[in-house]
Amino acid sequence: MEKRVVFRSAWLPYALLAPQIAITIVFFFWPAVQAVWFAFQLQDAFGLHTEFVGLQNFEALFADEHYLGSFRTTAVFSVLVAFSGIAISLLLATMADRVLRGALAYKTLLIWPYAVAPAIAGVLWAFMFAPSIGIVTYVLKGMGVDWNWIIQGDQAMLLVVMASVWKQISYNFLFFLAGLQSIPKSLIEAAAIDGAGPARRFWTIVFPLLSPTTFFLLVVNIVYAFFDTFGVIDATTQGGPAQATQILVYKVYYDGVKAADLGGSSAQSVILMFIVITLTVIQFRFVERKVQY
Amino acid sequence: MIRVPVPMPIAALLMVFLFTLHPGTSHAQQEIRFWHGMGGALGIELDALLQRFNDSQKDFRIAGEHKGSYEDTMIGALAAQRAGDGPHLVQVYEVGTAHMMAAKSAVRPLAQLLAENGERIETKSFLPAVAGYFADGAGQLLALPFNVSTPILFYNKDAFRKAKLDPEKPPKTWYEMPKAMGELVTAGYECVYTTVWPSWVLIENMSTWHNQDFATRENGLGGLDAKLIFNTHLMVRHVSMLSSWSRSGYFTYSGRRIEGERRFAKGECAMVTAASSSYADLRREAKFDFGVAQLPHYDDIRGAPHHSMIGGAGLWVLAGKKTAEYRGVAKFLAWLARPEVQAEWHQRTGYVPVTRAAFDLTAKSGFYKDHPGHEIAIRQLLLNQPTRESRGIRLGEFQQIRTILEEELESVWDGRVAPKLALDRAAERGDLLLRKFEREHRAGAEPGVPARTPRGPKPAPNAK
Repeated sequence: MEKRVVFRSAWLPYALLAPQIAITIVFFFWPAVQAVWFAFQLQDAFGLHTEFVGLQNFEALFADEHYLGSFRTTAVFSVLVAFSGIAISLLLATMADRVLRGALAYKTLLIWPYAVAPAIAGVLWAFMFAPSIGIVTYVLKGMGVDWNWIIQGDQAMLLVVMASVWKQISYNFLFFLAGLQSIPKSLIEAAAIDGAGPARRFWTIVFPLLSPTTFFLLVVNIVYAFFDTFGVIDATTQGGPAQATQILVYKVYYDGVKAADLGGSSAQSVILMFIVITLTVIQFRFVERKVQY
Repeated sequence: MIRVPVPMPIAALLMVFLFTLHPGTSHAQQEIRFWHGMGGALGIELDALLQRFNDSQKDFRIAGEHKGSYEDTMIGALAAQRAGDGPHLVQVYEVGTAHMMAAKSAVRPLAQLLAENGERIETKSFLPAVAGYFADGAGQLLALPFNVSTPILFYNKDAFRKAKLDPEKPPKTWYEMPKAMGELVTAGYECVYTTVWPSWVLIENMSTWHNQDFATRENGLGGLDAKLIFNTHLMVRHVSMLSSWSRSGYFTYSGRRIEGERRFAKGECAMVTAASSSYADLRREAKFDFGVAQLPHYDDIRGAPHHSMIGGAGLWVLAGKKTAEYRGVAKFLAWLARPEVQAEWHQRTGYVPVTRAAFDLTAKSGFYKDHPGHEIAIRQLLLNQPTRESRGIRLGEFQQIRTILEEELESVWDGRVAPKLALDRAAERGDLLLRKFEREHRAGAEPGVPARTPRGPKPAPNAK
């Protein structure tokens, strides 16, 4: 049975909703509508000359093989970030859940990185892995690894993935930990008495019961990888070398903010908007069916 | 009337705040807002400069504001100007020059501004390579060249000694480089040669250095319909050579920014091509003996070395401000162009003196005896009169074109793409941007602002 609260007043519910709606309109819908409007225009940097060009901004984008290449890069990047982010934090959360002594200290330390801004995270990792001065580079060189992400695209990708994942682990960890703590201990104890080992207990009881959390995190992490990671990339590789880490949102940021190309950048963000809407719909329609609430 | 009682302490605080904001409200002082991208030591020098101007007269106050990097400064000014709240003066780096020029109604050309306000700057006195960059087709200065540098070769003399090379004889040509490089590798150097800003140093400067076109239409100075033609025989050869050096460990790529300079300063790399303005920093940081030399050139190209190209920034005046404020701007800029001010700025910061008079003044003071690095840069710029090919590169969307070049070059360094293909692709992709820029500014905007200056100085003599 669904519980319903009915307001007697006609205007009170609207008044209570108004601030939230106002914020959503001003900070979300208005810019989004403006982006769609700009996407059909050609405009110089000062905004002195504006011309309606229809779909030409989009045509130019799809004629550019580098833009198309950026889709592949984005796909690789998001899948790597979402999956490794979720897998590592699930592992950490399961481990932290079993810790009896000093659990709070562990948890606090694991949640810490969430307070670090993406750009700072990028700079931190870039320093540690810098081709000439990085401490990790030094160790890797000692081990005979030729670490130079300034030239080698795969290594650059690895670096931005690591930095982005590191940044997101705390968030995932928090949700997994909460999810784990809501699983009734009796279920696990019963399985243990029946002779199920830790691995079996995890895969047959814990993991299915965590599936709503995992699904939620999957959506959040994909959106994170798509939208929130340009700070990391700007602070480390700037999309290079040779576009190896040029993900869609970084190109939007670069073209719009750095190169003052509002039309092209808006067209890209409209495309990006559609991709994420589609992905989210797919996730909710198909992946959600496998989720047990 | 509604009266809001203000508690006493807050009222007192407000009073203090108001008074500190306007220390000189007794006489009307015009405030001139000046946005710039100079932080750190350079920012301190700039603030001192502004302070000197503010102290020298009472009518105007230049309020300098550091807006972050050059990029941030320009983007910030563009956005503010769109919103109708732009600063009076903004420092714009060289790649933004075309944007500023094409936006005719957003910018007040310098020559016109000075003429209207009865100020004079001797256009002739500017170094030709510098004036050419900031002037329109008719030779009228559009912006004031302010902080300018050019790439030169820095080499570690201690490393040269260790490799049994003559520390007083750095390689003069690209052909002489491998010999020195080989010795340095044998002496145990893992990075023998690197560079900063690869597109600026290795492509743009190599074009002017060998008196070759980077783009058609006088490298974009002559019109918006310029096409990129840097994929020349010389450039393909140059990039191929660097690529083979990169794979044999003679050339080390250090990224698109100034990482190469840091590696040189640490003693990790034995040679670096970097901006002459780095000289002061390197002198302070490097714990070894280093020398400076001209950029290497190809001696089989006729007329090479020609002269190198500048980088850095100019001061642009934005449109839409009050006449009285413009008088202050004109006064400030004229003051800034004075030889003694220029000479001091040059000596304190390491930027190239932008006028001949400032150079002469500095030379007379004996400054170059202790600072040979500062002189090399000017000599390099003065080597020859600028020609049609070398006057400067001024293209729309240059920021993006540079990025494209860097991207394509990066795919060359690890041998994935052939040099010719990479340069062809860069030119092709850049051309698309140029066509778009041309369209954006088609509405009557041509670079080359009509010279409507009744009392203005004569156009600079530009060798054609």
